[in-house]
Amino acid sequence: MKLLTGNDLPTGDVIWWTGESWSRHVEDAADVTDQGESIARAEEGARRVNAAYVIDATATPEGPRPAHIKDRVRALGPTVRPDLTLKPADPQAGSWVI
Amino acid sequence: MYKYDTYDQAIVDSRVEEFRDQVKRRLAGQITEDQFKPLRLMNGLYLQLHAYMLRVAVPYGTLDGRQMRMLGHIARKYDRGYGHFTTRQNIQYNWIKLEDAPDILADLATVEMHAIQTSGNCIRNISSDQYAGAAADEVTDPRVWAELLRQWSTFHPEFSYLPRKFKIAVIAADEDRAAMRLHDIGIQLIERDGQLGGRVFVGGGMGRTPMVAPEIKDFITAADLLSYVEACLRVYNRYGRRDNIYKARIKILIHELGADEYRRQVEEEFALVKALGIDPPQAEFDRISAFFAPPAFVADDGVAADRSDPDFAVWLDQNVKPHKQPGYAIVNISLKPTAGIPGDASADQIDLMADLAERYSFDELRVTHAQNIVLPHVRTADLYTVWQALDAAGLAPANLDLISDIIACPGLDYCSLANARSIPIAQKIAERFADLGRQRELGELKLKISGCINACGHHHAGHIGILGVDKKGTENYQLLLGGSGAEDASLARITGPGFDEDGIVDAVEKVTNVYLASREDGERFLDTYRRVGLDPFKEALYG
Ligand code: HEM
Ligand code: SF4
Repeated sequence: MKLLTGNDLPTGDVIWWTGESWSRHVEDAADVTDQGESIARAEEGARRVNAAYVIDATATPEGPRPAHIKDRVRALGPTVRPDLTLKPADPQAGSWVI
Repeated sequence: MYKYDTYDQAIVDSRVEEFRDQVKRRLAGQITEDQFKPLRLMNGLYLQLHAYMLRVAVPYGTLDGRQMRMLGHIARKYDRGYGHFTTRQNIQYNWIKLEDAPDILADLATVEMHAIQTSGNCIRNISSDQYAGAAADEVTDPRVWAELLRQWSTFHPEFSYLPRKFKIAVIAADEDRAAMRLHDIGIQLIERDGQLGGRVFVGGGMGRTPMVAPEIKDFITAADLLSYVEACLRVYNRYGRRDNIYKARIKILIHELGADEYRRQVEEEFALVKALGIDPPQAEFDRISAFFAPPAFVADDGVAADRSDPDFAVWLDQNVKPHKQPGYAIVNISLKPTAGIPGDASADQIDLMADLAERYSFDELRVTHAQNIVLPHVRTADLYTVWQALDAAGLAPANLDLISDIIACPGLDYCSLANARSIPIAQKIAERFADLGRQRELGELKLKISGCINACGHHHAGHIGILGVDKKGTENYQLLLGGSGAEDASLARITGPGFDEDGIVDAVEKVTNVYLASREDGERFLDTYRRVGLDPFKEALYG
């Protein structure tokens, strides 16, 4: 599957396209099939996202998982500071990142 | 230290307001990201893996307590409670919001700081010896020249759009504590026949094509130094390659022209530049020098530090260096605790270091290119008190220049250019060698890690260097040996095929075992490597 990701313009937060809006959680991401580029253009034009790009991902029971380690690190947060990740309380959160 | 005059302050203040307006227009949709990106980069604001990243300039690594405390304030108020000190003697914040950036720059401006020229193809922050003004071996305070170059280079109209970024380092001692020959221009101030001047090295750097800078001028008098540097840049600006980013650095130009031909052209240009009268008049030079006058040292009371606390004694031996003034010492604060992130300091730690500087070091701190902090002027009598305060805050690892004093770039945990993570490798190696006795037995050993070929972690200059590469989508680590960023500058060589995350830790250990088995009296790791060569290490690694 293909996901659309980027950074929220005013805050810089990593965000994922859900099909109708943006979420900070990769679990909410929707498959953009071949629509990624056009959604990205429209959303960038509307200043809801910055530096958007399409990535490959796999669907899992827990939700989509980016194919490349770089996007997995982006999705959760730095592997070296669990306290700074999106799920600081979940010790299992990082198991899919590396 | 240098204090802004009204011009300096006005420039920085107006830049903040200009940027505030640019951000407002970007957020309101009046300019596109393509239009905005160069503007934010001119103010040190990058877009990185998780958020915007702000790089703040610390000119030649020198700060006072008020400035340091402001860095802590920014970490606490606008970031996630910490900052990252870098090999360029700067600080970076990893979690900045675009909408906060103008306020951050405004806060910085209140303490004479900014993020100008921390990105882009201009002359970047000038780096220098972190022991400047305190070291016994310096012929003069190199920061006077670094400051002069800073003023000359800030918004220099001719050098704002060079073929590529440009980095200058100035030192004034034979011991090179600033990796001078790995800069685009390295200047070593020296005295010859009672006259102050500089040796000029041009065309060093790491990255994709690492090079140690050749000497271009063996002596240029102080009165001509600025003109000479201007001539060096002019030749580069004219002929440096703008068609290919990988060949755009001055090191490539000099490599292709040859040092002799480059020198000839610089000399020709220098004759023209000299006539322009850009070298500062003595009065201006004296004005700047006055800011770097030695602090009001008190007479040596002759009392030696009490070594009865063994942890303190080890720290004293490892992290404290002699000062030119009897009764004083240079304190190195290691930002490399075993499980920590090299170069990171929390807001509270930053505040504490600011307090200690104000109380015990004539209000001065330095950021080092090894990602540590220095209190340059501490009375011997105060060392124990300072150590206790540092120790309580987790700031007293006694590992300066040992294997766990690792330089590591942010790598794939933070950097969008990275191929592999750097920080976890640093942590695993530090854990493997956690025993301080073992580290001290190994002696001086500079280990440096980068997460990609850009070499922000100086892996080319590591006695042991590690480079993260991407091998079919997984992290892989190449091992390099024999580099040095010091006065005996050399580039490390790749040993062979790379290793995985745990394999690289084992490989480092094997390499240290070869050293222990082969070293002769008094040899550092690097000396043994240079004597025995790569082969015994390769044999141990790949069999
Ligand atoms: C996270 C954002 C960063 C980005 C995007 C970045 C980007 C780059 C790039 C593209 C280069 C290679 C350019 C060249 O020299 O030709 C470079 C070089 C360098 N960077 Fe970074 N860097 C980052 C962070 C850092 C940090 C955190 C440090 C210090 C720990 C650092 C220190 C350096 C140094 C010292 C070099 C020069 C290596 C040399 O001498 O050639 N950078 N950086
Ligand atoms: S060396 Fe590469 S990975 Fe490391 S900070 Fe520089 S650009 Fe990023």
